[in-house]
Amino acid sequence: MSLDFKPTFDGFFRDETFVGDFTFRNSPASIRRFPFPFDRDEYMYSVNIEPHVPVVGRPNSVFQHAFDVDEHYVSEMRDRARVLAQDPLRCQSLPHMELAGWDLLELIMESKARDYPQWFSLSKSGDQWHWINRPLGIEQRFTFLDSSTLPYGPLEYITRQTQGDFTLQDERDQNLWVDAGMVTTQADWSLDFDIGMNFFEWHAPVPLAHEKGIFDRALKFLLKLQNGAPVRRFNWTMTVNPLLDTAPETYPEWGTMRTTVTPENVGEKLHLRVELQALFRLPRSNAIAFSIRAYLGRFDELVTVPKWGRRLHRVVRDLHPDLAAYKGFLRNRDAMAQWLSQYDDGAPTSPGIWPED
Amino acid sequence: MSGGAKIPVRVAEVVTVNALIKRFRFVARDGSELPAFSGGAHVVVEMDDAGTRRLNPYSLMSDPSDRSGYEISVRRDDQGRGGSLFLHNNVTAGMEMVLSHPMNLFPLDNRARKHLMIAGGIGITPFLAQIKQLVRFGGSFELHYAARNPALAAYADALKAAHGGKVNLYFDDEGQQIPLADLLSRQPLGTHLYVCGPKGMLNWVRQTATACGWPEHAVHFEEFLAPQPGKAFDVELTVTGKTIHVTETQSLLEAMEAAGVDAPYLCRGGACGQCETRVLRCDGELLHRDLWLTDAEHAEGTKIMPCVSRFDGRALAIER
Amino acid sequence: MTKTEFPPAIKSRPVYGELAPRSGTAHVIVADGEGAAAVAALFDKAGDARAAMLAKTHILYAPGPTGVDQWPLIAALCAPQAQRTPSVSTLLFRLARVLQDTHMGAQFYLSGTEGLMGQAQRDIMATGFPFADIQTEHRGSTLRRVQCVHCKGMTENVATDPFKCSHCGLHLFVRDHYSRRLAAFQGVNIDAEDPGQIPAAVERFK
Repeated sequence: MSLDFKPTFDGFFRDETFVGDFTFRNSPASIRRFPFPFDRDEYMYSVNIEPHVPVVGRPNSVFQHAFDVDEHYVSEMRDRARVLAQDPLRCQSLPHMELAGWDLLELIMESKARDYPQWFSLSKSGDQWHWINRPLGIEQRFTFLDSSTLPYGPLEYITRQTQGDFTLQDERDQNLWVDAGMVTTQADWSLDFDIGMNFFEWHAPVPLAHEKGIFDRALKFLLKLQNGAPVRRFNWTMTVNPLLDTAPETYPEWGTMRTTVTPENVGEKLHLRVELQALFRLPRSNAIAFSIRAYLGRFDELVTVPKWGRRLHRVVRDLHPDLAAYKGFLRNRDAMAQWLSQYDDGAPTSPGIWPED
Repeated sequence: MSGGAKIPVRVAEVVTVNALIKRFRFVARDGSELPAFSGGAHVVVEMDDAGTRRLNPYSLMSDPSDRSGYEISVRRDDQGRGGSLFLHNNVTAGMEMVLSHPMNLFPLDNRARKHLMIAGGIGITPFLAQIKQLVRFGGSFELHYAARNPALAAYADALKAAHGGKVNLYFDDEGQQIPLADLLSRQPLGTHLYVCGPKGMLNWVRQTATACGWPEHAVHFEEFLAPQPGKAFDVELTVTGKTIHVTETQSLLEAMEAAGVDAPYLCRGGACGQCETRVLRCDGELLHRDLWLTDAEHAEGTKIMPCVSRFDGRALAIER
Repeated sequence: MTKTEFPPAIKSRPVYGELAPRSGTAHVIVADGEGAAAVAALFDKAGDARAAMLAKTHILYAPGPTGVDQWPLIAALCAPQAQRTPSVSTLLFRLARVLQDTHMGAQFYLSGTEGLMGQAQRDIMATGFPFADIQTEHRGSTLRRVQCVHCKGMTENVATDPFKCSHCGLHLFVRDHYSRRLAAFQGVNIDAEDPGQIPAAVERFK
């Protein structure tokens, strides 16, 4: 594979893979800041939306900045380039969504240059912009809102340099339409199939939540989302091996991995996959950007935090079978619960997601 | 916080456009750039009118990509509750004011092959911003703009000079009328229709479009309801435990705010749904004036939009 | 033969209504197979307006995927413009030409199989016309048009679940998840986790 950037691994950024030999690992510091999604010992859907702002007293958390850049950044971008080389349909934008793509590019460049000045810089002279991405070895001068001055469309250009999947929703007829996206780290859904769908259609395969009115309430809330006031929520699933790209397109390639779990290897094979989903109203297009950032935590990494070990065991053991099936781990649930039980002494857990409480 | 994040601004300029309309330009107080916006968006302008807090929505008319300032045009309404009069009579360059972030309840459908715009009077303002956005990105449009006479047709000359044959003007005093049925019959497939103006014009355009076979989802309209005065009434707020009085010229939302109750809102025009509130007891008639609740919800009487709707009867209790 | 009743399904699965006359400057009608009867019924509902409506009507018709050809029902209407096409792809080819001359104010009516209605809707929608304002009524065959999510190939007239992708040969489970943009249901490999363990095919669509 040829890359159109020159990655540097300078001691902070890990040189690792999400395929083949699967050398992905979290450093001890990365485990401590893992966005553990369960604030109690059981799980059911809720409209768990909160303002996307830093958490007071947690300056190192994944919530500190609009777009978290962590030790996996450079390797994740290399993995995205690999996926796109195999299947360019993973990034698509319907024709009316180009302005929303520029909105997103502006939001990400301004955020990263402000939040991580050691890695990113943006200087502007009117519409003449100059962008430097040091970890990826990218320097680009371009004209804002002129796509002919970038090597890709604005959505693809900036999301090849940003962790997490992105979708852009157009707002029409009191609904949100997923009309553009970059999707290479997804929990088994196809952008190519879903692009153009409205909020309810896109989420149609999710069990139980429609009946609970979750999506009606979430949509009503999102239609009122204002520029400058982003919100976030969690979602989660389980993945065998640290595979970022669990796409339906490649299911025949990774599906068999689910059968490789044994009672002995649960700790290293199973990964809790947490999506930190943030939603931003975009100014020029009135569209909503949805960032879906996947964090992978190996079971044997997560249980180094005693509270998380106890709680993960209880959640996995007690989850509604429809949800376990939808999240793709029904066949391994017993082995997972069995392995996790050795980290659950039955002691009570404190409320909230933070590790040390 | 109710109404979302705020933008502290300074009035940079007040320009008399014609006998009824003034234009106001706002810049950020700290000299920074304002957020970009989308054509059709409005801001809520907060006013302190001798102790009465007024919050009125106005469409942004300036270039959406110009982040150096926002412009609105305000038509003086001598019969209104006072927001436009306050802006006309009391607001001068240099004053400090507060705006909401822009929000858009009248966006362009960017899939449209062509945008057909119908404006009446001050209803021209959202189109001014939309046209600037369309011109920048090469969108196809056609504007039909009706006003009482040339002197009151704000920005008509500038529009005509900039866009020539795409801009068509009609003056009531000269007996001219938009040839709507003819216009609607010759639009290419994929055209979307937008209308902003007085209520009578909105109804006329929507009814004509339906009669001409236009699909419902290709017809877009901007209707802001100014809260109308009405009979005074009392209301019990069950969450805060207060009973408040709503005067003849106050809206229910304004009365709650005056009593120090933090009630949510965005558009203050009955359109966005943010202030929706449950009605717990109602001995009397809810006077629904919003565009948000369905007819069925209006009939059911278990919800009210305090920004525009009122009450007439013996006792009302709402969940706030 | 009346409109097809489908069991409840997930929210992305299309729902169809019943064709009803609407006022319009033109009436573009697309039908296949048993859809011809719905078109005849549409004009029966027009009452006194029947002749005026017919005068502004253009009908495109193709036989259905199971060979049902009710062209005489269409021909008997004596619309000023009505063409019988040999296949759905030919019909869509003609539709593209019709759309070039169609103005706003036209009403669209689709009836027949999901594959035909979905593809016609897709093409009309591509002009910028709102899909929600296109009328549809399902009649006749429930055979499905399915996209293989792996190779992206379309298989027309799928009858069984699972079925074998006509392009890559994978055995696919047929979901109710439907893409309006592709005018197709989604097919997903059924033995990805346990290669070779393929359940017996069941005839679900006729």
